[in-house]
Amino acid sequence: MNDNNFILKAENLHKSYRMGRTQVSVLKGLDLAVKKGEFLAIVGASGSGKSTLLHILGALDRPDKGVVSFKGQNLQQLTNNKLNKFRNAMVGFVFQFYHLLDELNVLENVFLPAMAGKSVLGWITSRAEAKKRAKDLLTQFGLADRVNHKPYQLSGGERQRTAIARALMNQPELLLADEPTGNLDSATGNGILDVFEKLNNNGQTIVMVTHDERIAQRAQRIITLTDGQII
Amino acid sequence: MYKAILAIRYLFKRRISHFSLVAVALCVFVVLVVMTVLSGLTSQFKNNAHLSVGDCIISTKSLVGFAYYEQFLEILDNEKIVEAASPVIKNYAIVKSVTTSSAVPYIERTLKIAGIDPVSHSRVTGFADWLHYNKTDTAKAFEPVYDTNLPGCVMGVGFLFDRDSDGNYLIPEQIPQFEIDVTSFPLTAKGALAKAGTGVVNTKTFAFTDCAQSRISADWQTIYLPFKEAQLLCGMAGAEKRVNAIHIKFKPGVDLPTGCETINALWQNFVTKKAEAAHANLLRKVKVQNWKIYSREMVAVAETQQTMMIFCFAMIGIITVFIVFVVFYMIVCHKTKDIGILKSIGVSNANIKALFLSFAFLVAACGSVIGTLAGWKFLVHINQIEDWLFEHFGFQLFDRTMYAIGDIPNTIDLKVLAGIISVAFLACLAGAFIPSRQAAKLEPVDTLQVNQL
Ligand SMILES: Nc1ncnc2c1ncn2[C@@H]1O[C@H](COP(=O)(O)OP(=O)(O)OP(=O)(O)O)[C@@H](O)[C@H]1O
Ligand SMILES: [Mg+2]
Repeated sequence: MNDNNFILKAENLHKSYRMGRTQVSVLKGLDLAVKKGEFLAIVGASGSGKSTLLHILGALDRPDKGVVSFKGQNLQQLTNNKLNKFRNAMVGFVFQFYHLLDELNVLENVFLPAMAGKSVLGWITSRAEAKKRAKDLLTQFGLADRVNHKPYQLSGGERQRTAIARALMNQPELLLADEPTGNLDSATGNGILDVFEKLNNNGQTIVMVTHDERIAQRAQRIITLTDGQII
Repeated sequence: MYKAILAIRYLFKRRISHFSLVAVALCVFVVLVVMTVLSGLTSQFKNNAHLSVGDCIISTKSLVGFAYYEQFLEILDNEKIVEAASPVIKNYAIVKSVTTSSAVPYIERTLKIAGIDPVSHSRVTGFADWLHYNKTDTAKAFEPVYDTNLPGCVMGVGFLFDRDSDGNYLIPEQIPQFEIDVTSFPLTAKGALAKAGTGVVNTKTFAFTDCAQSRISADWQTIYLPFKEAQLLCGMAGAEKRVNAIHIKFKPGVDLPTGCETINALWQNFVTKKAEAAHANLLRKVKVQNWKIYSREMVAVAETQQTMMIFCFAMIGIITVFIVFVVFYMIVCHKTKDIGILKSIGVSNANIKALFLSFAFLVAACGSVIGTLAGWKFLVHINQIEDWLFEHFGFQLFDRTMYAIGDIPNTIDLKVLAGIISVAFLACLAGAFIPSRQAAKLEPVDTLQVNQL
């Protein structure tokens, strides 16, 4: 298959954690390829290493061994500066526990990645545009009347939609979601999955991690992580 | 930009940051108040010490003194940097009251004699100002109001009268009329005790004419006598009249060390010229010193206090650093999640560090402003506060019956303020340095993981 069809490729990933004397091997020579525009679900039991894998794919963590390449670029070869740019512009992260900044309101949380990627001057010139995009995203997710709320004033579903809006702020090519519905009731969770589906229909590449087979069913492709490998 | 926004939010939205703010403000407040009061007292004291001796002093430690001073005074007269000069007799005497009425103070003690001409001494020192009854007409300082046959004497106020709680001496409105005997041991030019009449001591009766308050130790130790009388009493009015010192005041704008060097050169030149004169050896014992060196025994005490004070504040500075360190450490611990989030959206380590350092900068800035304003407000009212405390609780910061302090000094020295604020900034940045470095080092995965547990 042509390499260019894959936006993300992981080869022979190894990752282990040392806990005192014992070494826990979490990933044991894992291979994975994500096609552009794909909605991929990774399922696996709790503790199977799903989060670990996702963090490595999003360059939040490094593998002990193996290569992750994004559009043919080996992430290990990037300088710290380039890695920061990569995290800022290329990937969007959605976490199980939303991870919003309590001190910022909903709108500020959403345009934070745009602000973080710019200098003061760059931000001043692009501020209006970024704000507009953030508002559009929030409107799209039904949060138009919540822009000035603080995260603690929101429900779980609203927080997660805010987090998704933040992840999409810089129009990343890849959206990584770690148990995005794990903390929500099924109706709310389905709402989030509807959002993902819609995004995917518009061409967004999504990699979602979950331990719930039923949720995984909403994705185009499901792979299972067992014993540190994809089967 | 997000750094500024987040730093400001951290400062105002987090109670723990308010504590660091209060800590910084308190330190600035305390240091500013204490520094202002103490350095005010020190500079008052130095000023008093300066006023009591003039700018430059030509003096000998020998009680015998030195001769030819009149010729040197003429030289000084022609020197353009010299504003005024005053020859002074310095010796010791036993002073004993002749009048034994309970209505007037009784004295029986040894004192330092200062033989001066009141007018020329007032031009060099603050003497005129120290007087109580003859402030306006200094020439009359030694003129008794009731018995013109006796010479007058001016006594240090400290051993004559008590003080009230405001620190003011309880000086009677009318000049108390009493006489004292002053007994001294006259010395010949060779340094031997001179036979005066039948004994080896000289005694003379003086009438009390005024008291002097110079606000330094002289107030407890000194009796001022008319120059000629003192010279006679100490056996220094012989063929070659002698004095113990010449006090000099420079014209305004004359630099102290340069002025003293000029005088020293003149003096050395004079000594060389007088090398063959009788008792020239006495001239060689004479030193030319500026007032700081001349009164260093007194000034050194004040300066030691100042050093101690700065040392104490260095301690406070260290404590501030530590408080800020602890608070920041806690903030970083509280904020690990934020750090993880920021890193997950691509914020660099350097920017995380910058975020926390700008937060520290904000804490320092706001803390300094609050501390300075509070300190300023407090200092403006410090004397009212002290009065109020004294009225209601009988509390006085400085017991005015003990210390020669008027109002508590409360003028803020801008240089001191600038120093305190810069130290506050340094302390905050130093305290924040390690925690922010640690924050920058945190791995995003670890911080986000912790919050999932
Ligand atoms: N920082 C760490 N230090 C030590 N061990 C870790 C660390 N992070 C993860 N692990 C271990 O690695 C294994 C995989 O963790 P991971 O979080 O990837 O699992 P998961 O599949 O996401 O589980 P869950 O479905 O419960 O979220 C676990 O056994 C965990 O204990
Ligand atoms: Mg997980």
